[in-house]
Amino acid sequence: MGLIEHKFEDNILTTTVDGFLNWTRKSSIWPMTFGLACCAIEMIAAGGPRFDIARFGMEVFRATPRQADLMIVSGTVTLKMAPIVKRLYDQMPEPKWVISMGSCSTCGGPYPTYAVLQGVERIVPVDVAVPGCPPRPEALFYGLMRLQDKIQEMKVLRK
Amino acid sequence: MSTELLIQYGVIPIIQILVVMIVVLTVVAYGVYAERKILAFIHSRLGPMRVGPWGLFQPIADGLKLLMKEDLRPSVADSLIFVMAPAILMLAAFSALTMVPFGEGTTMFGYEVPYVIADVNIGILAMLALSSLSVYAVVLGGWSSNSKYPLIGALRGAAQMVSYEVALAFTVVATLMIAGTMSTVGIVEAQRELGAWFFILQPVGFVIFVICMVAETNRLPFDLPEAETELVSGYFTEFSGMRWAFYMLGEYAAMIVMSCLAVTLYLGGWLRPFPNSELTAFLDVIPGPLWFVLKGFMFMYFFMWIRGTYPRYRYDQLMTIGWKVLIPISIANLFFTGIIILLVQAAAG
Repeated sequence: MGLIEHKFEDNILTTTVDGFLNWTRKSSIWPMTFGLACCAIEMIAAGGPRFDIARFGMEVFRATPRQADLMIVSGTVTLKMAPIVKRLYDQMPEPKWVISMGSCSTCGGPYPTYAVLQGVERIVPVDVAVPGCPPRPEALFYGLMRLQDKIQEMKVLRK
Repeated sequence: MSTELLIQYGVIPIIQILVVMIVVLTVVAYGVYAERKILAFIHSRLGPMRVGPWGLFQPIADGLKLLMKEDLRPSVADSLIFVMAPAILMLAAFSALTMVPFGEGTTMFGYEVPYVIADVNIGILAMLALSSLSVYAVVLGGWSSNSKYPLIGALRGAAQMVSYEVALAFTVVATLMIAGTMSTVGIVEAQRELGAWFFILQPVGFVIFVICMVAETNRLPFDLPEAETELVSGYFTEFSGMRWAFYMLGEYAAMIVMSCLAVTLYLGGWLRPFPNSELTAFLDVIPGPLWFVLKGFMFMYFFMWIRGTYPRYRYDQLMTIGWKVLIPISIANLFFTGIIILLVQAAAG
């Protein structure tokens, strides 16, 4: 792609096409298999029978960043882990999104120390921050639905 | 005369190919949806629900999203082979479908319309050869990515597919000896003449065939080439977007081909149960192609069922099962089948 993206004015055709493409993108957000701390346990519970992330078509946790659309940063990002998180984000193909799950990854949480990154938005652009320590699966779903709303407003063909 | 020949040998095959392609591509797309739903039901979850009614638009959304993803090619990858490898898998699977007999055939507007695209006299051999070509897609994909995990996955895939093919071929040979032909239509006709589906005459062979069939398509519990726990995603780790989707669709197409092969060889193709008995004659209200499709879907369901219920084998266990268990049993099966055929022929005089 890249030939037709962000090249057209707003009109009935481009808005309709954009709306449809955004629907496909928001309907199959595949997260990366990737957990850092206790929030990851809640993320795994979200995939289980009680909460079932599959209802949104998002149960396809891809192990490789090449096939993932969404990075859920679930847990404390230590300074040792930060370069790896950044590298994984860079390896994902566009379009890609990031959810910062829990207080630790959003702002360092209960660890204002020399070893912990004070907020993952210092290294990757965060789309949705889910509060909680750790957030329950319902809270994660609320964040995912807000991300879907955000994707629906994106511009694909339009400038 | 020449227009008739053109229609018989030009137009009708093209229509047949289009019908098979469209039906199989739909089954592949909705097979992914069915797998997600069936796995969800096995886990007592709901599966895709939000995208359309009961999540029915999920495959459309997934496919278009993958099409619109960034076209990512690693700078160290061998670009020509990296682009070619996913296509080989699709090509191998779809060309094997030409030999699948879906029914007896019929006559329309004075033209003969067989329900098989090409009834060649080496049908089974050609199908096995074409499905073996898919090992190239795995090896070339893993090699051209120029990365460690794809390479390990590709080597595992090559070893697994080659070793299970041996046992698969030996069991198929035993069936072919009973049928006396390699034509796919001929094998189904032989089952009609004997009045029994071949899995009754070849119970051991049938079990080995089903195990090898799962290993051959790299499905769980034999999905060692892609083993997420050890190899990230195995041979397609570096593939993204539509190229990865081609690998996925090729895997499903290979599952369909293997299911069709199993139905033709062991479950009597388009025949009803006990095709010679008067007791089951009322079952002929179901037309032949529908029988074939029903049996094929039974195998597709089986693939998904064992994926939801069995853990993955260890690599050495996989090789042990292949070389120390399946191959000796399949050779013994071939030997005993030969002896029994000789005895039956001697008794018949």
